[in-house]
Amino acid sequence: MTVGYDLVLEEIPEHAKVLDLGCGDGSLLVMLQEKKKVKGFGVEISEEGVSQCVEKGLYCYQADIDDGLSDYKDNSFDYVILNQTIQNTKRPDYVINEVLRIGKKAIISFPNFAYISTRSYLMFRGTMPVNELLPYEWYESPNIHLLTISDMKKMAGAFSFDILSEKNFFYSRKGKSIHVKCFPNLLAQYGFFVIEKKQGNVLSK
Amino acid sequence: MTKNVKHIEKESVGIVETQYFTFGDSPDELLLSNGEKLGPVTIAYETYGTLNSEKNNAILLNHALSGSAHAAGYYSAEDKNPGWWDIYVGPGKAFDTNIYYVICSNVISGCSGSTGPSSVNPATGKPYGLDFPMITISDMVNAQYHLVKHLGIDKLLAVSGGSMGGMQALQWTISYPEMVNSCIAIATSASLSAQGIAFNEVGRQAIFNDPSWNNGKYYDGEVPRAGLSLARMIGHITYLSEKHMHEKFGRNFQDSGVKVKNLSSEYTVESYLRHQGIKFVERFDANSYIYITRAIDHFDLKEDYGGNLTFAFENVEANYLVISFTTDWLYPSNNSREIVRALRVNGKNVNYTDIVTDNGHDSFLLPSDVIEKNISNFLKNEFRKSVN
Repeated sequence: MTVGYDLVLEEIPEHAKVLDLGCGDGSLLVMLQEKKKVKGFGVEISEEGVSQCVEKGLYCYQADIDDGLSDYKDNSFDYVILNQTIQNTKRPDYVINEVLRIGKKAIISFPNFAYISTRSYLMFRGTMPVNELLPYEWYESPNIHLLTISDMKKMAGAFSFDILSEKNFFYSRKGKSIHVKCFPNLLAQYGFFVIEKKQGNVLSK
Repeated sequence: MTKNVKHIEKESVGIVETQYFTFGDSPDELLLSNGEKLGPVTIAYETYGTLNSEKNNAILLNHALSGSAHAAGYYSAEDKNPGWWDIYVGPGKAFDTNIYYVICSNVISGCSGSTGPSSVNPATGKPYGLDFPMITISDMVNAQYHLVKHLGIDKLLAVSGGSMGGMQALQWTISYPEMVNSCIAIATSASLSAQGIAFNEVGRQAIFNDPSWNNGKYYDGEVPRAGLSLARMIGHITYLSEKHMHEKFGRNFQDSGVKVKNLSSEYTVESYLRHQGIKFVERFDANSYIYITRAIDHFDLKEDYGGNLTFAFENVEANYLVISFTTDWLYPSNNSREIVRALRVNGKNVNYTDIVTDNGHDSFLLPSDVIEKNISNFLKNEFRKSVN
């Protein structure tokens, strides 16, 4: 099981209409189709990823999510998933607003930059952290907008969304997500948020 | 109609034969988009593979501007030129004829066996020439509909094509939504760009300005060779990318021993284009070139639906695979994205990939692992889903 899949699976109800942004080889969508009978769609930036999705019988189109969401009508999906994707986007602000617009709910999961080993790496070595969460040197990293769990919470006010649930987690060696309730911003490797736009309010920005 | 011939490569459909279907005798002529009637109408077609007993494995291929019904195989054991999509059609290929029943027909207004301007007008006993009615992409599709019904097929597993063939495939899903399970549209557009129309017009002007053209009345004399071959040369420039052309020909001279450059020194690229032009005249009719390029120019799904492409795809039932090529400047990737956007706004199932290649618009006719596996996997899954 890949990072956060079990939590996504837990959250999504049966027969939901789901858009997976940055769906890669489509394995999360396949799992959701098999176990939750969802109607799933994917967006993926790489030609290779799209080919793998086609092979699996999914529907996926090749696009950059930074400019590929504006055509969708409001509330087109029950859930929009950004699983380990938001930190790769050029314009997270734009993407989050679009995701809130086109999805009734959104799942956002990301590597927590404030995680203790990442923090101490920067603190003691003084270089950009390279670890199992962020396995890239700064100059080759696709993670161009790193964030922390606290950043995500702070965003809720500015972007007018409600946090419906928070399941920040530690990813075990056995591939299970272990919910971190105590000091998540320090002890959770990954943030996991289910959000929806504030009802009755006009989106900010 | 398909016989296996051992000495021809193993994955070929072998030796094939073009067949003919005629319909539309008075008073049941084909009603055209402009209100005119055309009849009788003959359609040249070929089929590969076998229609299964459930009749749910049929795929219709649509050819581009200069194509024909001859999509795969050879006409004889000595024939060296396979059909136009032979690389993707055959046993074990993308359009796997061990699994699917593949049909390809020549468009009406064409000149490779289907009724067109070079056919005899029953009213006069002479070739139609410019008396042939204006044909649209819709009309081509409506004629194919009669062929598909004639073959006993109520629902096609897939319609597919590149360039103008892609336009027909899209039109099929809109005109006959309940008859199409899936659609593979490659290097195509919901409408041709102004630049594309411009190139088509230069091609047509080359024909009009050839004295032999004689307002389309040349069938009992000299054909407009110079005009048609020039049109083809222009076309070929638009099918290649700048990079591909440079890689293929560079600045080389045809005669590698050239020491002194003069007016008649011939670059390899010139020789290639001339050769393409001359070859084309042997097999294509100038009036058909005019009618078909006009059909491409006039195709406009947006205009058909009040200026909004989203409305065009509102009622389609097919699932789509849309493919574009990064260096295609005749049908640029953005044209495909526009189709994909309109489909997904309507909540339709669509796959889209923009394949990185230097080969320009011609890419859909050239071998590519990415094209091969995407078509093959898409069809496999669509077939499985359609049966369940």
